[in-house]
Order: sequence, then structure tokens, then C-alpha cells
Amino acid sequence: MSEVLAEIRAVSRHFEAPPALTDWLLRMAGRAKPKRRLQAVSDVSLQIARGEALGLVGESGCGKSTLGRMIAGILAPSQGEVFVEGKPVLAPSGRKLTTRVQMVFQDPFTSLNPRLRVGEQIGEGPLAHGLVARADLPTYISRWLGAVGLRPEHASRYPHQFSGGQRQRVAIARALAMQPAVLVCDEPVASLDVSVQAQIINLLLSLKRDLGLTMLFISHDLGVVRHLCDRIAVMYLGRIVEIGDAEAVCTSPRHPYTRALLGCRPRLNLDGAPQSTPPIVGELPSAFDPPAGCPFSSRCANVGSLCRDQAPSLRLNEPRRQVACYYPV
Amino acid sequence: MTASLLSVRDLTVHFPTDTGVLRAVDGVSFDLASGEILGIVGESGSGKSATGSAILGLIDATGSRVGGSVRFEGRELVGLPNARMREIRGQSISMIFQDPGMALNPVLTIGRQLDLVLRAHKQLPRSAARSACIDALRRVGLSRPEERLVAYPHQLSGGQRQRVAIAAALMHRPKLIIADEPTTALDVSTQAQILAEMRARIAQDGSALIWISHDLAVVSSLSPRIAVMYAGRLVEEGPTAIVLRKPRHPYTRGLLDSLLGEAKPGTELTPIPGTPATAADAGCSFAPRCRRADDACRIAPPLTREGAVSYRCHHPLASAAA
Repeated sequence: MSEVLAEIRAVSRHFEAPPALTDWLLRMAGRAKPKRRLQAVSDVSLQIARGEALGLVGESGCGKSTLGRMIAGILAPSQGEVFVEGKPVLAPSGRKLTTRVQMVFQDPFTSLNPRLRVGEQIGEGPLAHGLVARADLPTYISRWLGAVGLRPEHASRYPHQFSGGQRQRVAIARALAMQPAVLVCDEPVASLDVSVQAQIINLLLSLKRDLGLTMLFISHDLGVVRHLCDRIAVMYLGRIVEIGDAEAVCTSPRHPYTRALLGCRPRLNLDGAPQSTPPIVGELPSAFDPPAGCPFSSRCANVGSLCRDQAPSLRLNEPRRQVACYYPV
Repeated sequence: MTASLLSVRDLTVHFPTDTGVLRAVDGVSFDLASGEILGIVGESGSGKSATGSAILGLIDATGSRVGGSVRFEGRELVGLPNARMREIRGQSISMIFQDPGMALNPVLTIGRQLDLVLRAHKQLPRSAARSACIDALRRVGLSRPEERLVAYPHQLSGGQRQRVAIAAALMHRPKLIIADEPTTALDVSTQAQILAEMRARIAQDGSALIWISHDLAVVSSLSPRIAVMYAGRLVEEGPTAIVLRKPRHPYTRGLLDSLLGEAKPGTELTPIPGTPATAADAGCSFAPRCRRADDACRIAPPLTREGAVSYRCHHPLASAAA
């Protein structure tokens, strides 16, 4: 692999549920129950190479956004550390140490400041961090607006004057203007209309090609990730269950969950005959109370006795492919 | 086609705005037979949800106007007094919404809510009602239905809540179900489960279904017939296999080209330029985004019928026969 730009070392994150009134009363009576703990991310290690787009896929609640936020340095891990260009992203105090990783969020209606002209939003960060001199700011803003397919005169407009797709372009320009080494995109096309989604996917493809952008691309949609990314990591209940080259993971999944997820994707059916997709059985277990052993054991068709005892760790299954499964497909 | 269950003619929904009347639905017409499935596809602002709501008389914004005709089993629904409409809702026509959180009452248990739905239209002894509720939950694939009866909506996941909403909607075996993006907020694995269950239930009960969605793939996997809406108008309608294989309307083509489905990973997609229009205007509303548009498109194109397919376009793409 070429130069490693971002390294995630054994990162975990848990959250504690706010105590219910009854718990609080019990504690006052000296009969405290243990706090309810949600393990959002368990012991994840990842590397992202320069110029690579890594896709992070999973269903809601799998911990993909939590992991993305930790990589972007806006959430501190409970354990483990994140490094970008060899330097830690966060100080032990929790202060962010680098501007070299930036984030684009799902909803461009809430991620932009409604009362600030978009030019100011794009220029604010670079100016504060000395990436550009005040005199050069207008040209700098125009350059980044141009890079995302907007025009210089858009700088003086407010977010409400833009459509959803255009706002997402502004959000991307704002992140890029910080000249990040790594861009974390959390579901950047999920809230857009189909015809507009394709525009933003094309934009990200061209940015990746022209700027050599390194990306972590988080999505629930395997199709989008396959289209944009070089490698794919699949998450389930806080763990990475499979990771490998995008095409290989999609054409020959090794983990039963990856295979099930691929099977659930609705496909365009041109025959007009209703098709039945093989659904995953059962419901996603609660992250407060995950199954013992392998997290997928409660819904897996190939489950064996080993699976319920101990969670399998990620193992090299073949070159450039790791799978956390005792009985890979 | 034999006498249709639902016949919609020139349906219009107008909302007043600061800048004039917004024509959210403009001249929508279609028929639906008993047991038939129709998928309505469109982007945000296409009027697909307003169409569904208008059929059920659920458009009640101040100053809004619903015009045209909606005949259900021969009976006109537009302008029907609210009390009469209530008899039809839930009993003969049910609606399933995108957000099950809004369809359920947060302070009543699941059992109580289903019981209310059940007994609003039918007198039943308590024990019979209870077993009917359990049965309804089991039939939508909800695990441990007895325990769910005493649960509140917030104790269930999004997918479970949607299953409860579907159970309530299907309780009286309605003749027509209108489902407005019911799986959009759900994970793909839950969506696949619910789609499979809906297919089975529809076949079993013989209900007709209108499935409203932005997702061409979902609609194509469920419905043999498809209607594409853009800016308040039905721009193309016909058998799914024909419409998706050889679309006549440039917008349908554009939607198909925007999909990732068959595109080679890493290659540029062909998006439709611009952003979706949200209301019908005097000419063809798609013209500003259309490569084929010319002066003729300043006048709204009439409905053209060719075999099983109908479309609204002055410059249609080549037909399947050509």
C-alpha cells in the first residue's frame, strides 16, 4: 500500500444512557443499578492511503457515523487514537490539533449557517487558520466555489437562496477550502433527489480525480459506495465485519452480513414481474444488549456453535481482504 | 378493463402562496382496478404525495383547493363531507405514511391504538378484539406480538413502528391502500422484509395498492404498472416493463440515467441538469431541464396515448415499436 494518510488505532466509543428517574431514586437509596452502556464502536482499526476513497457501509445504528466523527476529530474516542499524517487528531484534553481532516454532513439544510453569506462561511476557516491572506480572500472563495461547480457571484448569497444540491456543493466547498488531507463525508447524497444525487456523485468523482482527494465516505447505500470508493469496510453493531477492494467485496462478499446486505438492495426490475428479494431474517439487535459472541449470530444463516461463544476478529481471508467470520461464505 | 375501483379524473390541488397559486397537482387522471398495484414515482415537489392525500380527502391546508373528480366504487369523493369521508377511511381505503412516528399516538399503547382502529368500524367483544390485534401484528411479521400490545411506540424501533402502522392500515382488509414512501426512512434489510410482506398481503387480501416512492428500483420490484410524476403532472404512465425499457418521456429517461444500477463503478453518471421544479407552469414544466426542448414546449403538452403507454411530451423519445 502507498503512504498511509490516516490511521485509526483500536478505536472504541461507548455512550451511557441518561439515568431514568427510577435509577436516580435507587441510587439515592444506595441501591444503584449499573448504568446502561451502549457500545457504539468496538475496537476498530483502519488505514486510509493517500488518494484513496474508503467507503464505510452499514445500517442505522451500526456506528458508522460515530466512527466518522471520531476520525474527523469532533468526537473523542473512549479508547484508541486517530492519526492523520502521523500526528494525533486530538490532544489528550480533547482539543482538536489539526485542520487536516474536514467533514461534510448529510443534511445541507442544517449544516450551513442560515444567517451567514456562503462566501463568509467558506472563507471564515481558512482566514482564521492563516491559509489565506485577507486581501486574497475573495479570489480564494471564488476558486473553491468554482471547484464545486458554483459561480463567484454565489458568494454573496444566503443558504436559503440555494437548492439542496447547491447547498451540498457549498458544504463541500467549505470543507475543501480548509485544504484537508482527509475529507470525511457522512451520507452526503442521502437527502438529495435522485437526479441531483447523480450530480453530487459526479462532483465527488471529479474532485477525487483532479485533486487526488483522500476520502472516508460513509453511506447506508452499497451502490453509491461501490461507485465512488476504492475499498469498502462493512460495519455491523459497532464492528467492522468485512473490508476489502470495493469491486471484490460487492461481487464476492465473504461475510454473510455483506452478502445479505447486497441481496436486500432493491434493483431496477425491467421485466415488470414482481421479484422477491431474500430478506435478512429478524430484527437488528439493540446496541444496549448485543448478542454474545459474533454480533451477527442472531440473524445469520450459517451460524455455528463457535459463533455464540466468542466474537471472531478480523482475519486476512485472502490478499487485501479481511473478514470477521468463522465460517466465511 | 372492467369497472374500475378508483377513477381519478383531472385531479388538481392548489395551494395559496405569497407569490400566487401553487399548482401542486395539475390534471392527474388514472384508473385502478381491484387487486391492481400502481407505483407512482417522482422527486420531491412532484405532487405524488399531494395526489395520494387528495384521494383520501386529507388536503386541509388553509385556502387549499382540490378540484377534479375521484370516484371510488362509483361514488364521488371530492367534496364529500368529512363525516362521510371518515367512514371510508380505514374501512375501505387506508393510508400508510413515511413516518410511522407521526401515524401513531405516542401516549397510547400499541394494543389500545389497534383496538381503537378495530372498533371504530366494527363492534367486537374485548377478547375477540385482542386476538384480532395479535393476529394483525403477527401478519406483518412482528415478533412476540403479545408483548408488543402493552408497548408504547417509543419502545419500538422505526421498522417495528412502521409494521404496527401497516398492521393498523390493513386491519379491515381495505379495498384500496395508499402507501406514501412507507419504506424510505427504513434500513434496506427492513425495507426488503416489508416489501416481501406487503406483496404477500396484497395477493392474499386482494386489495388494490398505490405505492408512492422516489425510488424507481423499489417501485419496479413491486408494481407491474408505473406512473411518473413531474411538477404536479403525470408525465408518463404504463406497464413498468415498457416504461422503464423504452421510456418516451425525456424525464423518465433522465431518472433512469441518474441511477447507479448498471453504471460502471467510477464512471460519470448522466444527471439531469438543474433542480426539480415543484409546481406546474403554463408550458411543459420539464422544458428548462430538457435537452429536446424548443418553442413548442411553451405550451403544456397534451396526453398522448400509444397502446398501453401514455405520456405528455411534444418531442418524445423513439417508441419500443420503432
